[in-house]
Amino acid sequence: MGLAGAHRAALDIRGLCKDFAVHGGRVTALQDINLTVRQGDFISIIGSSGCGKSTLLRIIAGLETDYQGDAEFEGERINGPGLERGVVFQEHRLFPWLTVRENVAFGLGGGRENSRGESVREHIDLVGLTGFEQAYPHQLSGGMAQRAAIARALVNRPQVLLLDEPFGALDALTKIQMQEEVLRIWRAEGATMVLVTHDIDEAVFLGDRVVIMSNRPGTIKRIIPVDLPRPRDRGSYEFTHLRSAIYAEFFRQEDKPFAYAI
Amino acid sequence: MSNGQETSQETFAALEALKEHYSLPSLTFSVPRQVQGLVLPVVIAVVWEALAQTGILPANWLPAPSVVVATLLELLRGGELLGHIGVTLARVVSGFLIGALAATLLGGVTGSSPLVRRVLDPTLQALRSIPSMAWVPLFLLWLGIHESSKIALIAVGVFFPVYLNLLSGILTVDRKLLEVGQVFRLDRVQQVRRVILPAALPSYLVGLRSGLGLGWMFVVAAEIMGASRGLGFLMIDGQMTGRASVIIASIVLFALFGKLTDLVLERAAKGLLGQRGIEF
Repeated sequence: MGLAGAHRAALDIRGLCKDFAVHGGRVTALQDINLTVRQGDFISIIGSSGCGKSTLLRIIAGLETDYQGDAEFEGERINGPGLERGVVFQEHRLFPWLTVRENVAFGLGGGRENSRGESVREHIDLVGLTGFEQAYPHQLSGGMAQRAAIARALVNRPQVLLLDEPFGALDALTKIQMQEEVLRIWRAEGATMVLVTHDIDEAVFLGDRVVIMSNRPGTIKRIIPVDLPRPRDRGSYEFTHLRSAIYAEFFRQEDKPFAYAI
Repeated sequence: MSNGQETSQETFAALEALKEHYSLPSLTFSVPRQVQGLVLPVVIAVVWEALAQTGILPANWLPAPSVVVATLLELLRGGELLGHIGVTLARVVSGFLIGALAATLLGGVTGSSPLVRRVLDPTLQALRSIPSMAWVPLFLLWLGIHESSKIALIAVGVFFPVYLNLLSGILTVDRKLLEVGQVFRLDRVQQVRRVILPAALPSYLVGLRSGLGLGWMFVVAAEIMGASRGLGFLMIDGQMTGRASVIIASIVLFALFGKLTDLVLERAAKGLLGQRGIEF
């Protein structure tokens, strides 16, 4: 893809609002969200729980279609899921009755012959699960199951991969390992990545830009570019500086001293 | 989640080891774990035998286990027993197949289509509240005293647990798995075939097993009420001729064959669900 293609907007969100009916009233989950994601970008969206970041991702995924404003993918309004948009959820959501290979092949449509396809083998290999094709989900560790889920999301070669707190349930060491894997996969696949997380370190380590969201109603508070070369050193001055800057955004917003929160 | 399980398993193993270590020198002779469940029945049989032999239990009320076994052998030699067993088994199996098939079709359709569910399910739920025995006179009137009415009764008994479990299995499919299907743009039919039905399978198998249990219950009822062959008939025959040993022998056979047929389903379920790591 040429330079022009690399700068085309994959996702264009303008004036997006979303509210839910709760106990007869309406609660605003997202208010006036504006965000443009170029093809090949890696975007981290960070916010505390309940800020609407997952709702935003679900709208992009096409799982929530009842919204106001514009959410466009490749210039077309999003009104349902599409194979060009792969999704990895917080829980692996593998089908317990299918093997790793069959789970990965799920998105290719029915038929067992599909599970032998090139794309399946390639993506199982990409996430490092070669040798575990015949394993069932209950036999996998949390990290391995999430790898399988990533392979399943990638098997249709989506243009955008949407990651909804994908490592939230993993232990700290596995999490770091998976973050590095995701970077490697991003480079290998060249897909646009949108990652939702509540982990500041993760957001800075992975994203080209970190989108900071605030609570009730969910709005974009700031977008911080991360101009650090990869691989990023989590201990470097620039990294820790960015991390504290984002940290400060959250605790200023809380509007009370840190000590009170404890 | 798997981490939690591992941890609890580890804790359990550690506790077991502690117990082993600190346990008092016990007086119990060690019984292998697999046959510990047999200890109580054996003790009961021995005590029962002793009480019957010494005449404390009246032999015509509660004959000794050895007498029951002798009766079984005698019936077997007489050649009639295999016939009774065969007839009863045939009734249970055909009633089970008919009931389970109908329940699978109706449960599948009502589970898959909200419209059909709204139309059909209330009626089926209403029919369920009729005590199944209340159908007997009607079945006798419609189908006569012979096989069909008995099989119909068994089928009705089997139908409801299978139907209810299949339906609830379908309706309680994890919404999160359905979303995965949505993400991959499965249409309604594919969603049913590739996500909903496999997800409902464990619940369906539970339904089949409890349906089979009810099938055995209803075959006894049907045969007691009017049959000239079958294990239920044998019981009534024992009652009429005052032979408690025949009644007890029939009870033992019912238990035996009930357990055996359940074992078949259990094995099948294990084969189908073992891959998911579900204990069945």
